[in-house]
Amino acid sequence: MSAVESNFEYVKKDLPASWNKLGLLLTGIGLLLVVVAFFVDHTRAAFNNLIMLMFLSSIGVGALFIIALEYLAGAVWSTPYRRIMEFLAATLLILPLVALPVYMNLHDLFHWTHEEAVQGDYILEAKTPYLNIPFFTIRVAAFFAVWIIFFFLLIRNSKKQDESKDQSLTTKNIRLSAIFMPFFAITLTFASIDWMMSLEPHWFSTIFGVYYFSGTVLAALAAGTYAIIVLNEKGYFQFKLVKDHFYSLGALMFAFINFWAYIAFSQFMLIWYANLPEETFWYLNKWEGSWMFVSIGLIFVHFVIPYFGLLSQPSKMNPKNLKFMSLWILFAHFYDLYWLIMPTYSADGIAFGWMELAFPIAGLGLLILIFSMRAKNQNLLPIGDPKLKRGLNFRL
Amino acid sequence: MNDKILYGYTGIFDTPDEIINAAEKVSDAGYKKYDINTPYPVHGMDGAMKLPPSKLGYAALVFGLTGTFAALAIMYFMSVLDYPIVIGGKPFFAFPAFVPIMFEVTVLSASIATVVTMIAFFFKFPNISHPLHGTNYMKKVSSDKYGVCLQSEDEKFTEDGAKELLASLNAKDITPIYFPDEVHEKQTVFEPKFISLLLFVAIITSGGTYFALNKLMFMLPFNWMMYQEKTVPQESSTIFADGFGMRPPVEGTISRGNMPYQFKDQPELAAMLLKNPLVPDEQTLATGKEKYDIYCSPCHGYFGEGDSRLRGQYPNPPSLHSEKSRTSSDGSIYHVISAGQNIMPSYSTQLTRQERWATVLYVRALQRSFNAKESDLE
Ligand code: HEC
Repeated sequence: MSAVESNFEYVKKDLPASWNKLGLLLTGIGLLLVVVAFFVDHTRAAFNNLIMLMFLSSIGVGALFIIALEYLAGAVWSTPYRRIMEFLAATLLILPLVALPVYMNLHDLFHWTHEEAVQGDYILEAKTPYLNIPFFTIRVAAFFAVWIIFFFLLIRNSKKQDESKDQSLTTKNIRLSAIFMPFFAITLTFASIDWMMSLEPHWFSTIFGVYYFSGTVLAALAAGTYAIIVLNEKGYFQFKLVKDHFYSLGALMFAFINFWAYIAFSQFMLIWYANLPEETFWYLNKWEGSWMFVSIGLIFVHFVIPYFGLLSQPSKMNPKNLKFMSLWILFAHFYDLYWLIMPTYSADGIAFGWMELAFPIAGLGLLILIFSMRAKNQNLLPIGDPKLKRGLNFRL
Repeated sequence: MNDKILYGYTGIFDTPDEIINAAEKVSDAGYKKYDINTPYPVHGMDGAMKLPPSKLGYAALVFGLTGTFAALAIMYFMSVLDYPIVIGGKPFFAFPAFVPIMFEVTVLSASIATVVTMIAFFFKFPNISHPLHGTNYMKKVSSDKYGVCLQSEDEKFTEDGAKELLASLNAKDITPIYFPDEVHEKQTVFEPKFISLLLFVAIITSGGTYFALNKLMFMLPFNWMMYQEKTVPQESSTIFADGFGMRPPVEGTISRGNMPYQFKDQPELAAMLLKNPLVPDEQTLATGKEKYDIYCSPCHGYFGEGDSRLRGQYPNPPSLHSEKSRTSSDGSIYHVISAGQNIMPSYSTQLTRQERWATVLYVRALQRSFNAKESDLE
């Protein structure tokens, strides 16, 4: 085992240009299709746009959460690749743009925005103090503002440390992370309520925010793990990461797979057991027609397969398996969001066409583009971080 | 001193890095029987000692799965086979409701079994002594030092070799450890002192639990939950003159969807006025047969011949194929079912009105089958 010396010379390696090209290509094709989609069927396009918005939010906010968690917990194992999470968190910067088309089509998405529908509906009338467009706008703006502000604050200190090697910046970021956490919990919960739960304004579930949170962290972790393994294979970290690092990433993903299942099952079981019509209809809608298969599929896609895929110790240490599982989990998160959102659009059966593919293509392109743009003028290792050396030498 | 049996040689290190290095060197030197003692788990130790993955996980897996399926089997037996009760309108085999219990039992049995397996196999129960216990070495490595102990059991072990190896690693306090004098009567768990401690703990915990559950709960203020300003079912009440806490419904109350039978003591009127609203189709006759077989056949027999299955414990009823029965109107049979006749009780609480009429149709069908006309055969 060769221990990493503390005063090594960091040589930055630029990401291959092909990444940027791939990102540009996917974004180009995707956005073109997205524009066409909005002309062809703006309701369906708006629903798809919403799915993509939630997906990109998951990765952006989830990555920021993981960064903050690393600072708060004093975690060492994840320090060498914190930059990857920082690049992913930059997704937050384009979220307002992704949200714009959704915001312009609120009427297509949200039943509660129709005044004539609200009138005479006792439940919706009682909810108007919360569910009205001005307040909704304020809230959404506040979520984006909070996320982006904390993103800039945390990233700035981390970048500064590369040059100054000032340890007190870590302390500053720990404090910032502590402040961020409650903000994160509240904004993420309400974001999930506003964007997704209010699609069915009569329905409510107090665990919904936690449900989205579990998927959020999972998606960010999976995206990060994939990027980390690919970069490590090509030697971009200068030092080879070892199975102990992979194991930690895999174990965290495995934990959140279980956490998701726990939360998803809790939500289902309580509603199933209480059997109140004002709650059960949400699940019954997802049992309608071909949605039934999507619902059953969710259990396998989001729990059973990744559970067994990451159960054994060797499977978490094997980078190939991790690479596959992290892509799988990203797909599972998309599947989950599709299952949460789409039944409101087409109640009597699954709707899947070119549009449902166009938006993920654009989203993927944007992710790659942002990642390679951020990576261009930043070090891939947080070279000033006092925990870096210990992180590289991390052993279980 | 020298007649004692050597257990091994120990050496002390100051930092985790040194102990990792020492572990690597010792395992590289080919030692198998040695141990590292540290005040907390040091990262990377498994790799440095070249330990194979622990087998304890398999015990957890086996016992965990046993717990899962045992829980499922017990609940299936209780709520599906042995004592099925409808709870909250759920099926007897209410799988989602079983899941939390299966989950908990899995976790419980896996964790308990892991600890028990560890104690039984790895600690060699009931043995509780170890040569390292009570040594200076143990005192140090359980507070702020890191130690390595080479055991004499190892094939490669020689006194000089061990001392040399430890010295080459810059270990401090290189000391031999001997088995305690009374090697032959090993200390075991069944020591009077230990047993009495266990007993003491058992008495305290069970006494405390008994006190908390049987006494404390009934003392102020813990009993507030129990005594509330309200009347619970079956309780007496001082508010009402009759002293009953539960109130009967107001006179004339009808339960929802249940009109009382209006010709209670007027069989003639019933026979004349009541008309069967149902038509004899396959479904109504099926309902009629089902209800007849359940409610009427014990006395009247499956075919209405009055061949009771009650073996004389109840007077046999007349045959339903009598002239009188056959010629009576649907309404009069309906009346007998609804209001009873002499010793035959009323079935109005068991059968809805629809079901009663269906039963009447089935009785008619039975009668027809005993006195079929020539034309019925066609
Ligand atoms: C507990 C035994 C018992 C059961 C159960 C019972 N019956 Fe009767 N039933 C009798 C007896 C006894 C009589 C004769 C009563 C009397 O003395 O008039 C009778 C009389 C009758 C009569 C009048 C016969 C006649 O010739 O006057 C009819 C019709 C009748 N039962 C129908 C039914 C139907 C339909 C059911 C099922 C809902 C039923 N019974 C269930 C015991 C029973």
